[in-house]
Amino acid sequence: MTTEKKLTDSCTSDKAAKAFLVLALSYLLFGLILGVIGGFQYILPPFLKDRLSFQQTRPLHVYLVIAWIFTGAQAVIYYYIPRIANRPLYWQQGIWLHFMLQLAVSLFIITSFFLGYFGGREYLEFPPVLGLFIFLSWIPFAINFFATLKPNYKTAPVYIWSWSTGILFFFITLSESYLWLFDFFRTNVVRDTTIQWKALGSMVGSWNMLVYGTGIYLMEKTSGNANPARSPVAYFFYFLGLTNLMFNWGHHTYIVPAAPWVKTVAYVISMTELLILAHLIIQWRKMMTDAQKYYHRLPYRLLSFADFWIILNLILAITISVPAWNYYTHGTHITVAHAMGATIGINTLLLFASVFYFIQQVRPNAAERRKKMAGIGILITNIALLVFWLSLLGSGFVKISGKLNNEAFYLIMKKSEPWFKVFTYSGVFVLLGISLLIFASLKALLRKKDL
Amino acid sequence: MLRIVLFLLLFSTYVIYSAVVYSKGTENAVSVDRIEAGKINHGKKLYQQYNCTACHQIYGLGGYLGPELTTAQSDPNRGENFMKALLKGGGPRMPNFHFTDDEINAVISYLKYVDATAVTYKKPTPK
Repeated sequence: MTTEKKLTDSCTSDKAAKAFLVLALSYLLFGLILGVIGGFQYILPPFLKDRLSFQQTRPLHVYLVIAWIFTGAQAVIYYYIPRIANRPLYWQQGIWLHFMLQLAVSLFIITSFFLGYFGGREYLEFPPVLGLFIFLSWIPFAINFFATLKPNYKTAPVYIWSWSTGILFFFITLSESYLWLFDFFRTNVVRDTTIQWKALGSMVGSWNMLVYGTGIYLMEKTSGNANPARSPVAYFFYFLGLTNLMFNWGHHTYIVPAAPWVKTVAYVISMTELLILAHLIIQWRKMMTDAQKYYHRLPYRLLSFADFWIILNLILAITISVPAWNYYTHGTHITVAHAMGATIGINTLLLFASVFYFIQQVRPNAAERRKKMAGIGILITNIALLVFWLSLLGSGFVKISGKLNNEAFYLIMKKSEPWFKVFTYSGVFVLLGISLLIFASLKALLRKKDL
Repeated sequence: MLRIVLFLLLFSTYVIYSAVVYSKGTENAVSVDRIEAGKINHGKKLYQQYNCTACHQIYGLGGYLGPELTTAQSDPNRGENFMKALLKGGGPRMPNFHFTDDEINAVISYLKYVDATAVTYKKPTPK
């Protein structure tokens, strides 16, 4: 019996990690359904307008999908921590306290959206008091992480650095995003906008740190090669990512009348992403050989697809970070394509790689039986996502052309309709593909025994 | 050890940078009297309370179902009366929120103020 197997049997926290995964997958399923409803509201304006308007579907979709990303990451980190530390979680009840708080906050947020109570801030569209409860719900997670691992940062692998950074910056950026409650920020629209772009830009970076950490850990485990997590190159790219998390948000503010040096710093930092891109392209060939070797392994397949999306999204990110182009692309669906490529193509696929790894460890027989369903899900998701992504770019270009010709908004919307139809219908297929992954995971996870 | 030092260095830079970002270069360039400031604040509160950000953008923040509002006030195709009409009765995509006249004026004041700050927004290429 391997050490890992022994730990699997003895980790009582695995039950809670499983509960977190089920919660995270439920967020994803409902988040996607609401995304599809929102898509139909683009092509059929009266659709549910009086019962569930876009004013409600968008925040519901955004909140649920974001909640999937951080809850999914937390779930797998809860599973990994005892195995890395080689001891049980420091605070067993803490994980359940976290779960209850997280569930309660979610229910409050969803209810407030249905009842029409909003905070009206981008991403954080719920009433501000609930932000405090989100902050509190993360405390048991942070305690368990740091107290169980007791990280020694002199020797810690990159994923420990990534997760630690993700947790630290989540607390910082969540607090920062509520600075608008003070008059100094609230009464000045430039400062207020700067807060939203700065705090949220870095907050996205903090989730990415959590998710990328899980990806790197998984690469180390599945390939049996410590290089992805401990080589000097790995640390170099971690620090490059950290620098981007801290300073590259400013490329969102080229249009805001904030200090010009902020934009220059952001532009220079954004361009360092070219190094990441070059590195990924160099690694691509090697990875494709490995992908063929491990093709039958679902986690590896998901990691390979995520790599493809990282490359595609980086090219887009670098392009829209050039100030002269950013002026036109900002406020169009090109920005949405970037967001969708990142949340679905990268974060969701990376998280599913960890989900299937988790299932293979705790329910190997069930995982084997769901392999076909999951494989079809992966293919449908990626093909549909590519069509979806391209249609968002298409509607973005229509808007740019409309802006250049000084066309009225309704005319731009009219001309964008064919693209809206493509993104709505391809969105249905993204929902279908990911639903297959969700059901394959849930069916395996919810079994009492691994028959 | 080098990694820890590097992290601390970056983190300290980030803290100083954040303090500077919020205090220098973001000062209020548009001055308004107290009565107008009250109306602007009320308008902003309504904008958030009705989650206008779900469909509209200000400085690129928000959804795309409705038009960008940063420069709606000075846009020759839109302007104050156009916005008032939509706030009053809604539109094919926009719900009717049954705003009172005071509320409509407050939202307009807020959007006027935003428009007045949008100096770089109206220029094609920021430096």
